[in-house]
Amino acid sequence: MKVDENKCLHCGGCVGSCPKNAIFLNDFVLEFNDDCIRCGICARLCPVDALSME
Amino acid sequence: MKTIKCDIVVVGAGPGGSMAAKFCAAGGLDTVLLEKKAEIGAPLRCAEGVSKKWLAEVGIEPDPVWIRGDMKGAIIKSPKGTAFQLDESKAGSEVGYVLERHLFDKALAKDAAEAGAKIMMRTSATGVIRGADGKIIGVKAKQMGEEIEILAKAVVAADGYESQVGRWAGIDTTLKLSDIDSCIQYRMCNLDVAPDFCEFVIGSVAPGGYVWIFPKGDGVANVGIGVMGSLCKKGADAKYYLDKFIAEDPRFAKAQCLEIMGGFVSTCPGLDCAVDDNIILVGDAARVIDPITGGGICHACRTGMYAGKVLVECAKKNDFSKEALMPYEKMWRDRMEDKLFRNWMAKERLATLDDDVIDDLIGMISGSDIKEVNVYNILKVVKEKYPQVVEGFEDLI
Repeated sequence: MKVDENKCLHCGGCVGSCPKNAIFLNDFVLEFNDDCIRCGICARLCPVDALSME
Repeated sequence: MKTIKCDIVVVGAGPGGSMAAKFCAAGGLDTVLLEKKAEIGAPLRCAEGVSKKWLAEVGIEPDPVWIRGDMKGAIIKSPKGTAFQLDESKAGSEVGYVLERHLFDKALAKDAAEAGAKIMMRTSATGVIRGADGKIIGVKAKQMGEEIEILAKAVVAADGYESQVGRWAGIDTTLKLSDIDSCIQYRMCNLDVAPDFCEFVIGSVAPGGYVWIFPKGDGVANVGIGVMGSLCKKGADAKYYLDKFIAEDPRFAKAQCLEIMGGFVSTCPGLDCAVDDNIILVGDAARVIDPITGGGICHACRTGMYAGKVLVECAKKNDFSKEALMPYEKMWRDRMEDKLFRNWMAKERLATLDDDVIDDLIGMISGSDIKEVNVYNILKVVKEKYPQVVEGFEDLI
């Protein structure tokens, strides 16, 4: 997944919504681990459209 | 690696975590409270509206330090403009104070500290630690970047909506899309809104959720929106709906944004089980949030208090097994489960109604003799004219 840092509010919404617990918000950096299945739920839910499939 | 030993480690210094830490520490337990951020209560992820009644229940004395505004009532609007305004005599239990969360959260953390809890700032949990028998014996964390271990007899997961600690512990906190509201909020100034009424706009302006305007005084307000996850679309996210609402409401003609924040809420009736061996989930992490209002502060404080009380009892027998922690499960369910379930059902139904029906409903509520605005009283009125809306949970109304 690709994060648009210019848009991301670091709210952690995607972290709690990820069905695989594959997203981590470390300070002001969003990280995805290998458990990501590219389901796109985070991108769909992001309130500011900051996430997209690479 | 630095290792800290304690009785209870609480992850997250929001209201739920601080309450749990306070009650654990007051009960004589060696308690460590972790907060990953650099400031407790900030950045804000909340609309800051709370009712008043529950504060006494959890032993919190209202303090002008963290009360920004004392509301006279609420306004509920349809997209068509039909409004239901509750005056002071009908001021309800769902809205009472508008808080300063950054001060409220610090006040609760201070209470925990005064009770004896040790607060560790800039310390984020990164996993749970299991003993040779597979039982949880603490959490791994990063403190200012340094990896540390905190060993404890039990873990309180108060890590909010993200709810990762529970998942590391094997508790499924995954939500259905229809049980997620994606939210965004602006702190706005130059607003022409009622200074002491909280406003809610329901209907197509916020699919499956609502727009809120909670005044903070001097023409400033928290203006936000929640949109049901299953109704979110690419190109039509929460920000899209909020910007549209603001652009179409003349009261915002001169408004400027001072702060922008995101934040999600769960809108399910709570986890199936919020405890396991050596771990308790509280507040948002346990998905204990009102599914209609999205209000979670009172639920977090209650569950935090219950968790603390139960852990103190468990410590007397040195038994923190799932079975020993089950009284916590019973306490929060006895107090809140029926209401959470009823409001979850109501949320599901309200999301299916079109603006004409919502308009009619609000008109109907307006003309009814509701003594106090709360979800229960509103559903009672709805039940009379639109029984199909409450079908399947009418016995809870």
